[in-house]
Amino acid sequence: MLILAIDTSAVASAALVSDDAPESVLASFATEDTRTHAEVLAPGIDELLAEAGVSGRDVDAIVTGVGPGPFTGLRSGIVTARTLAFVWGKPLYGVMSLDAIALEVAESTDSAAEFIVATDARRKEVYWARYTLSDAQLPHLADGPHVGFAADLPDLPVYGAGAGIYSDAVKAVAEFSTRQPEALSLGQFALARLAAGEQLLDSSPLYLRESDAQVPGPRKRAL
Amino acid sequence: MNRTQPLVLGIESSCDETGVGIVRGTALLTNTVSSSMDEHVRFGGVIPEIASRAHLDAFVPTLEEALAEADVSLTDIDAIAVTSGPGLAGALMVGVCAAKALAVATGKPLYAINHLVAHVGVGLLQQGGGTPAPSGAPAPQTPPHALPENMGALLVSGGHTEILRIRSITDDVELLGSTIDDAAGEAYDKVARLLGLGYPGGPAIDKLARTGNAKAIRLPRGLTQPKYMGTAEEPGPHRYDWSFSGLKTAVARCVEQFEARGEEVPVADIAAAFQEAVVDVITSKAVLACRENGITEVLLGGGVAANSRLRQLTEQRCSAAGIRLTVPPLPLCTDNGAMVAALGAQLVMAGVEPSGIGFAPDSSMPVTTVSA
Ligand SMILES: [Zn+2]
Repeated sequence: MLILAIDTSAVASAALVSDDAPESVLASFATEDTRTHAEVLAPGIDELLAEAGVSGRDVDAIVTGVGPGPFTGLRSGIVTARTLAFVWGKPLYGVMSLDAIALEVAESTDSAAEFIVATDARRKEVYWARYTLSDAQLPHLADGPHVGFAADLPDLPVYGAGAGIYSDAVKAVAEFSTRQPEALSLGQFALARLAAGEQLLDSSPLYLRESDAQVPGPRKRAL
Repeated sequence: MNRTQPLVLGIESSCDETGVGIVRGTALLTNTVSSSMDEHVRFGGVIPEIASRAHLDAFVPTLEEALAEADVSLTDIDAIAVTSGPGLAGALMVGVCAAKALAVATGKPLYAINHLVAHVGVGLLQQGGGTPAPSGAPAPQTPPHALPENMGALLVSGGHTEILRIRSITDDVELLGSTIDDAAGEAYDKVARLLGLGYPGGPAIDKLARTGNAKAIRLPRGLTQPKYMGTAEEPGPHRYDWSFSGLKTAVARCVEQFEARGEEVPVADIAAAFQEAVVDVITSKAVLACRENGITEVLLGGGVAANSRLRQLTEQRCSAAGIRLTVPPLPLCTDNGAMVAALGAQLVMAGVEPSGIGFAPDSSMPVTTVSA
């Protein structure tokens, strides 16, 4: 199975993953920047396909990170994934973006049986979720995703860029303190879950915050 | 690529309309629009984040509907065009990313297009299919990219108020004047809220104004004092520009004065006086700009072109000044994908190179940039 995975919940990233490939990776890219998704994502995917010698016909499914993440960036990946899936006529799945880091934690030597993944939610908050690990299993999402202050997180080791920013308030795991969700891990996670017969999400974004719009109150009358 | 009668798909997402239009040369095949306007009603204006969320969910269904209605497949398309600015940044981003994905998936060339110039480009579509041809519409036998000489465009909507001069629709557009604060449509929305008339304000005020006396209340015309106007030889700093924020404040003060005196607010008279002030200053400055720049053909575009008094007074003043006026059918005046496709087709026919897929949307794209 060949999956094109896209995630723009933090950085812009895409990957081609396949259970036939070594380490299941065909090709991948990720930017460091979190604000240029609209420019770099499409050219990145275009090069990725060319580099791997893959066309839309060869892709079996498209997977998109559905956040949480800053809204404008998040939407750029989801609309890209939806459009590619529509044109190529391929199935489209969503994966919660923090799962990407959780998978990397599970595969690292530094993992804990229970842990938090956190990313930057701006406005002095983090997006976070709690995971549990048992032997040779995929990480299990136990709680979340949520948005809130780092200081209010459960007292567990915290992985991801959200921990790095608030390392004074949480038990940040140094090795992961700048880690952002990326399409490569997201795609591998999707591949593993589909192989295990598990369900994935649809492509609806997980905004976690309202649009901030205020309904104007009645105008104050003079007098 | 077919450069004589190109099949072009256009995508628009700069404000609250998700539009996909398809044209073949200057023939309109479909103009499919999904609007999030209803979701903005309770806020009394467009909320950018709500508009962006709606674009994300509306894009693929709108695209699918447009392809079905035009009865074409993506493989038949010669080029894709998308609004890359000006507009709401987050909203533009959705359409631009979708358009790029479409270009990647189909291998078709992509044009990044100026929204304002697209409002003018729509005037080059042949009129047909039941909509009465307005006076001044290009005759079908004229070459597809022929534009009248000495062409201008007056664009009035909730997002913009501009007077443009167009020497070439594909590479020579000049901004003669624009609003320095609120767009005219925005002023309508704000005043409608002050008067308790609901959203969108344009139609509500237009309707009520017919029953009011515009002369009962005096309201200011922004930027019309000599220090702003100057003379034709020595133009002031805002000779062809508009300002509507002072007018809105004047309406608010007027309402407060009636209330403070314990009198009933003459809502219809205020609506009529406000509408007259807006339309008077828009048309007088637009016609002045045309006269002083040798413009003899004007296209009226943007959603406020639906306003009955604006159409009437523009017609009157243009004809008095010997200027020929074109008003495209209303569904083509409001934001839509067909106008983006129409301008895209003009660029293809003129041999302009596509933009590629590396450009960034530009929320303040100047009219001098027709395509990125
Ligand atoms: Zn517009």
